[in-house]
Amino acid sequence: MIFEIGHFALIMALMVAAAQAVIPMMGAAKNNARWMAFAGPASYVQVILVAISFAALIYAFVSSDFSAKLVVENSNSTKPMLFKITGVWANHEGSMLLWVLILSLYGAAMAAFGANLPAGLKARAIAVQAMVAVGFYLYILLTSNPFIRLMPPAVDGQGMNPLLQDIGLAFHPPFLYLGYVGFSVAFSFSIAALIEGRVDAAWARWVRPWTMAAWVFLTFGIALGSWWAYYELGWGGFWFWDPVENSSLIPWLAGTALLHSAIVVEKRDTMRAWTVFLAIITFALSILGTFLVRSGVLTSVHAFVSSPLRGAFILVLLTIVTGGSLALYAWRGPQLKSPVLFQPISREGALLLDNIMLTTGAAVVLLGTLYPLFIDILNKFSGGTDKISVGAPFFNATFVPLMIPTIIAMAVGPMMSWKRSDLGPAIVRLRFAFVAMLLAVAAAWSISSGGSSVLGPIGMGLAAWLGIGTLLELTGRIKLFKAPVAESWRRFRRIPRSSWGMTLGHFGMAVAIAGMAGAGGWKTESIQVMRPGDVVNVAGFDFAFKGARQGRGPNYQTTIGTFEVTKNGNKVTSLYPEKRNYPASGIPTTEAAIHTLVTGDLYAVIGNKQKDGGYVTRLYFNPMVVWMWVGSLIMVFGGAVSVTDRRYRIGAPKRRRRPAVQPQAAE
Amino acid sequence: MAMNSRLKFIIPLAIFLGLAVAFGIGLTMNPKDIPSVLINQKLPPLDLPPLKGRDKRLTTADLTGRITLVNVFGSWCFACLIEHPFLMKIRAEGKVPLYGIDWLEKNRDDGPKWLKEKGDPYIIVGDDPNSKAAIALGVTGVPETFIIDHKGVIRYKQVGPMNDEIWNKTIWPIIEELRQRQKEGDGK
Repeated sequence: MIFEIGHFALIMALMVAAAQAVIPMMGAAKNNARWMAFAGPASYVQVILVAISFAALIYAFVSSDFSAKLVVENSNSTKPMLFKITGVWANHEGSMLLWVLILSLYGAAMAAFGANLPAGLKARAIAVQAMVAVGFYLYILLTSNPFIRLMPPAVDGQGMNPLLQDIGLAFHPPFLYLGYVGFSVAFSFSIAALIEGRVDAAWARWVRPWTMAAWVFLTFGIALGSWWAYYELGWGGFWFWDPVENSSLIPWLAGTALLHSAIVVEKRDTMRAWTVFLAIITFALSILGTFLVRSGVLTSVHAFVSSPLRGAFILVLLTIVTGGSLALYAWRGPQLKSPVLFQPISREGALLLDNIMLTTGAAVVLLGTLYPLFIDILNKFSGGTDKISVGAPFFNATFVPLMIPTIIAMAVGPMMSWKRSDLGPAIVRLRFAFVAMLLAVAAAWSISSGGSSVLGPIGMGLAAWLGIGTLLELTGRIKLFKAPVAESWRRFRRIPRSSWGMTLGHFGMAVAIAGMAGAGGWKTESIQVMRPGDVVNVAGFDFAFKGARQGRGPNYQTTIGTFEVTKNGNKVTSLYPEKRNYPASGIPTTEAAIHTLVTGDLYAVIGNKQKDGGYVTRLYFNPMVVWMWVGSLIMVFGGAVSVTDRRYRIGAPKRRRRPAVQPQAAE
Repeated sequence: MAMNSRLKFIIPLAIFLGLAVAFGIGLTMNPKDIPSVLINQKLPPLDLPPLKGRDKRLTTADLTGRITLVNVFGSWCFACLIEHPFLMKIRAEGKVPLYGIDWLEKNRDDGPKWLKEKGDPYIIVGDDPNSKAAIALGVTGVPETFIIDHKGVIRYKQVGPMNDEIWNKTIWPIIEELRQRQKEGDGK
């Protein structure tokens, strides 16, 4: 019964969304206050209905209701409770329901926090949000309905892929969706602005916190996925340039560009058309990601089981949303051009450069991701048989070199002033960062002893440049060592939160880059068969294998190995890697044993038992890995600090209610 | 002047529409399809030993003279189990001779046991534990079925289990066309 209530609630949410899409939009066109005011309450009702629907689905999983087809396909009575709950969104239908729940949540939040928005903009934006929602409700109800019953009910479920029965992976989708779907807010505001025919500094000030919130969640979601891959997949890798991974990176790059571009609109009232375009593209890329993951168009380890119908529906939805908005942009965009000029060497110039680099980066990753598809299509029409896959070598050769100048510029940009600036003084201020960079490159080069890749030292150098450069900007701002301590302290306390956002964001990025450089640049690996008593040395650490025993978990059997790790005779740690077998699905998983040090991770994996009593083992020293996670958290924290800046809540200016007059942006 | 700046605004839409068309075409294709480079090439020389307890070898000579199907399977393969009833149907209907290659069995008893329990749809089965035939044929997984014409040339490779739909839409039309060509004797 509850299950059917969930189904019904979803249908009602569709109807509310349809009304929400039409009435406020017409109200804004006719300047009818009551119709425009419909947006807020409609969005609240919509989110409550979707929440009820989602709760009903959770209930079905938690109570192991095997008359529900989705529960049978994805759950099992022996599955631990936590994973029964997270299993709700570990499949296509459930995750789409989570997607629309988050979409409607953002819509309701726009209504709740939009007190100082002009009525017309608010109504239009919420209406656009509802239009997108209507598309997705139809998609779910018509092609991916989670509320289908199975008659007769099954005795037990088929279980969930054991790889997904993991805490890191369980929370990865919700954060990703809070991220991608969050970009819908900037999208809705952009469409609303295009319809109204104006974009100004006030608009940018409204859009930024929403974009920042989405960015924070997306960064966290991607980092979580990467961390999961690192500890679960057993090879010490953290990024594989898989099409689905790329689908999350591309909107992240575009979203980062959008954040920076919005600053220029806010501060200098220029780059307006470009920012609107970016906002449209970022959300379009999120939907594109959804399409690529679920349509079967690309081969990926991540892809959900797909059907051509689902793929076709999403493609139509993508075409309407993106095509429609780009058409609107083509029509109304030219009206947004700003007469404001700036010199290339200026903060605007730096932000523009950053935008160009990030967008080019996004385009490059997109091209690499779609290239196999393009070649396949070409083959279809030319009869060729080349089948290619695009992986790390392509992206390392194209994306990485593109990011190098971007990172260099990231330290210089904040040093520059608006409108026009001089490059010389900025570079001079960064001299310590330059020295730090040289030292880091030298240190990395010697540690990796000439090493496998030149990217390791380059990465460390860039990380030092950016990290020290960001700190130098901070110390310059508070006039550290140039003014009395009291004065420096006073300045420190008065730094606005959005500036902290920049400092922490850039610094976090530096730390993360250092981590990536280390983990990618000079990791040590050793694969061998070991018998109890064998000792292997990896990167100065002695791994002594003490044997393996059998064990049992709630829904799996396991082989647990024991390693004692010492360095120069001193005990460092004990490691217990596992190889698990899940009877319900027959899929084995490896649970690597990881010990984290500041300089790197000790990483041990146990494999199959050999006929002679030995075990295949893989032992790694992965340098600097923890820096990646710490750096990501610093960035996430910086973004969160920025969102809470008072300027976004209080003092955001109201537009003058005289439509004939261009609104003035209050600074 | 106005046209130039207008163009800037229309380009994204144009690019997107092109992409949408590409995606539409992409939906009709299967990225996992690895095209066989052996299509329209002569069958590589085959000489596989019989399964345990049988006496007939599977050789290239068996596969020339008429249109034949060669199905690669294994007792360890789940999808082959799903395909099996369909193969029995082909055998019962007798429309096309079906030969089998038992690939990668660890134990010499596994293959015969599986065929005894489930039924044997094949005229002759070759044993290929060391993947000699599989590598020569470019087998990428099981089950795979090859259509061989009367001159011993590989004409089509079906990746994955066959069923009624695939048979009616793809396999049988190819066999019919090959038979037509054989009758006309154009020797291509």
